[in-house]
Formats: sequence, C-alpha cells, structure tokens
Amino acid sequence: MSAPTETALGLTESRSAAGRALKVLTYLLVLIVFAGPLLALLVSAFNHVKDPTQLSVLPSDPTVDNFAVAFDQGVLKYLLNSFFVVGFGLLLQVAVSVLAGYALARKRFRGMTLAFVAILATLMLPEEILAIPLSVILADLPVVHISLIGSLAGMIVPVGAWAFSILVMTEFMKEVPKELEEAARIDGAGDLRIFAQIILPMCKPALGVIGVFGFTMIWDQYLLPLLVATDSSSYTLPLALRTLRVDPLVTPGVVMAASLLALLPSVIVFLFFQRSFVHGLSSGALKG
Amino acid sequence: MTSLDQVTAAADPAAGSTPPAARGPATTAPGGGGTPVSRRVRNRRGGRWWTPWLFLAPALILFLYFKFIPMASALTMSFQEVQPYLGNRWVGGENYATVLSSDGFREAAWHTVVLAVGQTAGSMLLGLTLALLMEGQGRRLGFVRSAAFLPVVVPIAVVAELWRIMYHPTEDGMLNSLLGLVGFGPSGFINDPDTSMASIMLTGIWRGAPYDMMIFLAGLAGVDRGLYEAAKVDGASRFQRIRHVTLPGLRAVLTILFVLAAIRGLRVFTEVFLLTNGGPDGSTEVVMTVIYKLGLEQNRLGVGAAGAVLLFLATLLLTVGVHLFRRRGNE
Repeated sequence: MSAPTETALGLTESRSAAGRALKVLTYLLVLIVFAGPLLALLVSAFNHVKDPTQLSVLPSDPTVDNFAVAFDQGVLKYLLNSFFVVGFGLLLQVAVSVLAGYALARKRFRGMTLAFVAILATLMLPEEILAIPLSVILADLPVVHISLIGSLAGMIVPVGAWAFSILVMTEFMKEVPKELEEAARIDGAGDLRIFAQIILPMCKPALGVIGVFGFTMIWDQYLLPLLVATDSSSYTLPLALRTLRVDPLVTPGVVMAASLLALLPSVIVFLFFQRSFVHGLSSGALKG
Repeated sequence: MTSLDQVTAAADPAAGSTPPAARGPATTAPGGGGTPVSRRVRNRRGGRWWTPWLFLAPALILFLYFKFIPMASALTMSFQEVQPYLGNRWVGGENYATVLSSDGFREAAWHTVVLAVGQTAGSMLLGLTLALLMEGQGRRLGFVRSAAFLPVVVPIAVVAELWRIMYHPTEDGMLNSLLGLVGFGPSGFINDPDTSMASIMLTGIWRGAPYDMMIFLAGLAGVDRGLYEAAKVDGASRFQRIRHVTLPGLRAVLTILFVLAAIRGLRVFTEVFLLTNGGPDGSTEVVMTVIYKLGLEQNRLGVGAAGAVLLFLATLLLTVGVHLFRRRGNE
C-alpha cells in the first residue's frame, strides 16, 4: 500500500507542472462544491444575517446571538431529546447486535438459515414503506398494548434492531479462532462467559464500526420521530428545524445555528472514527 | 445449515436427545475419553438447543414488532377500508384500483422514477469521476476526500434546510448570485414547477455522490495493479485503461451501488417533504409524499397502504431483477 502504485488515471503520480495544477484545481473544485455549502452554514450560524433570505459566505458581522435566539426557541431541549434517543438507541442496538451476532456466528442450530434470511429480509423493508402501518402499531403495540406515540421510547425501541449492525457483528465474530472457544469450554466456561470474556473483547474494531454507523443512522432519523412525536416536547433537533424555519421571527442565521448543532455530533463522530467508518462502508457494501 | 445440523445430531444421538440438565461443560469434560470427533461435535454444539435462540430473541422480537408485523398489516390494510373504532371492512382490490386509477398517484410514480433514475445516474457518474480523480495515497488527498464525504454524514434535515436557503429564488439568493456571475438569470429552483424536480435531484446528487465515491474508491483499491502495468506496456491510453481494466474490475461494485442508489431513489421522502412537500403545483410529488398525505394527513390508511405495497413490489422487482441479470452475466 505504501509503495507508489498505479492508479486508473495515473493522475496522482504526475509530477509535471500541468499535472500538478490540474490536481490542485480539481481538489479546490471538489472542496468548494461539497464542503462550501457547509462552510456557508458555519459562517451564517455565527453571523448577523441581515437579509432573511441569504446565507453569508464571509463573516461580516460576527455574533453568537443566533444561538441565543435558538436556545430561546427551545433548541437545547430538542438537542437533549436527540442525545437521549441516540444514546439509548445505540446502547440497545449494540447489545442486540452482539447477542444476535454471537448466535449466528458461533452456533449451528436448527432454523439458523431461517433466522438469518429473516434478518436479511428486513434490509429489503425500508421504513418509509412501512410508515403507515408502523404508526398504527406504535400507537398500540400488539400483545402488550402499549402506545409509544408521543414518547421518546417510540424513537428508541424501533432502531434497536438493525440488520446491518447484526451482519457486521456476525461476519466479525466468525473470524475469532475456534480453538480459543474450545479451550474455554474445556475449562468449563458456559456460553455467557465465552461470549462476554472471549468473543466480545476480540470484537472491539467491529464494535467501533457498528457504533459509528448506528450513531449516524439514529441521529439522521427523520420519519420515525415524525411519526412518533405529537408535540414539540418530544421533538428531536432535526425535526425541530422545520418548525423553527416556519417561525417568522427566526432568521436563516438562527436556523443555521440550530442546524450546526444538529450536524456537529455526527460530523465529529465521523471525523474521529473515519477509519472504521470508511472500512465498514466498503466492507458492508462490497460483501453484500 | 439445517441439513448439516441433522447429520451431526444423527452421528451423536446422545447430544440430540439428552435432557438439557445432563448437558453442558461439566459432563463434556469428563467425557474426554470418547473419540476426538465426538468431543468436537459436542463442543461445537455446546449448550442447550435453545441457547442460540435466547441470544437471537431480542433482535427477532424487535424485527417482528417493527418490520414483520407492519409489513403484514400493510398487506391486510391494503385490502381493507380502515375505520378506527368502527372496525375494518374488507374491500378487496378496491384500494389498489383507487391508487392505480388516480392521476395524482400515477404522476407521483412517474416523478419518483424520474428522480430515482436521475439521482442514481448523476450520483454514480459523479461518484466514479471523483473516485478516479482522487484515487491514491497522500495526506492532502485524504483531507479532500474526507471533506467531500461530509454531506453524507450531515443529517438529511440539515441538508434540506441548507439547500432551501441556497435555492432562494430571488437574484441575491446564494445559488442565483453564482448563476448571475456566469450570466444566467435568476432561477426559481424549488419554487418553479419547471425546475423544482431538477433542484431536488441536484441536492440528492450532492449528498449521494460522495457516498458512491467512497465505495468506488474501495472497489478501485481491489483492481489488480499488474493489469495497469501491463496496459501501460501495451501502450494503452488512459481512456482504454479505464474501459478495459478499471470498469470490468468494478463490475460488482457498480451493480451493488446501482441497487442501493435506485432503492434510495424510490423511497425518497425526507428531502422532498422538507424542500417542497410535493409542490409547487404537485410538480415534485413522489410516491412517499403521496402515501404520507393519504395515510397520516387524510387518514385514508387503506389506500395509503396499497400505495406502499406497490412501492415495495417495485423495490423487490428491481432488486431481484438486478440479481438475476448479474447471475446470468456471471455464467
């Protein structure tokens, strides 16, 4: 990997002046197109925007007033709701995924194929398509007859099982050598101990991957909170952006300030865990 | 898997029929006098038959509640007139007839297809171009790639709010002032029925292309370097290298990305909901916004469910179709 390698275009190796100029130009263009709008968001969040229809590209009148107004509008409450949902949602999702992954990777049992196919099949059932029946079921869970509408639990429990996380965990747990498990079994360890003390500690990289993906996925949820939230007290921050915008007193600067708070957590998580993020992205997609 | 399970059970009848209490490590260890084979079989099957199900239970219960039951009830609801408190009435295919004969739904279906095709093609082409341009190592390159990837991790609701403001239809709107620089008049973007669809598509491509780029980059890393060297020796041009070495090497990636992107396009909801909510004048109404309005705003749950089932069938057809096509291609 470290040795200079041929690439399809051979652009990155080009040493000529023209090649370099082309390279720099390309990078600049890419940065402007993809990072530019986000930079405008950042600048506008910290700038007095005079025209209510515009974003600031350059800071002209720096301020933190936008955040003050946003907090007056209850943004802190929405942010806390979001953190609550992503915290417990992720905890649940990781727990569910490692347990299911252990069974699918380390056990052979009757009905395993069926369970595996059932889990795979859920990848084919996008929540958008299930939105209407899901809203009916959330209002009255079958058998237990509890309503999750209007509660943050309604946004947490449904994201607890995600086939992607389970599959990543399964693939990873398959790699743990059989000998380790057999040795532990001979020493008298039961399933729970083998799972907790042998398999799980060896799966830290995979935990990183599903943690990052799960976080991004739950943080980005829109339709589910839309179905569940009945009033602004249970809004998550992404959901609240729309109500904020409709308020005639709110300037784009305030919306951008709230947007910044809404995007910061997932961007930070991405920047910190880039390696496992990109790795999981490619392995997840290419193995499918 | 099941058949293998039965074989091992037959080879070691004791393991299959012993009551749970007699099994487990305590009995396995002293049984070490047995043949190595039987010990291995027993070790692999260690634990009671229901242990794996116990580990799977949380996942399966959640999937049952939030995936399978909703799917089943979508199916039944699509054949019913859903009346809260009055009980549901079976209406057969009426909901489907309503959906299929409605101009609004047909138009929305067409918009969805246009959007899915445009976004898929746009983001894949741009993603591949970006990946080809930014393949290789280097710190600066890594920085540019990460920056380009940011739109993917930004929540969709933020993306929509950001682009709403950028699309402001007056001359001093952000994108319009850019257009003004190169001498084009102000565009209405999402406020003009003629450009609203393209505007939503553009936003989708902006968010989708970096994702595709990352996957293409992973695919490009898997292309045999030796082939490039060989092509160079043979005097192939850059274009020929891409055509005869890179693209064939990316075939699997292309198929997967195509399916993912097309499904993403078919189920598009949040961007449209936040950017235009179907307007102006119904020009961006897609299947999911229609379903949302039918089901959750007008309370016509049965008709909405029928629309959802049709959308599901389209998704299924697409996925299965591509898989069949791919399998035939491999033979």
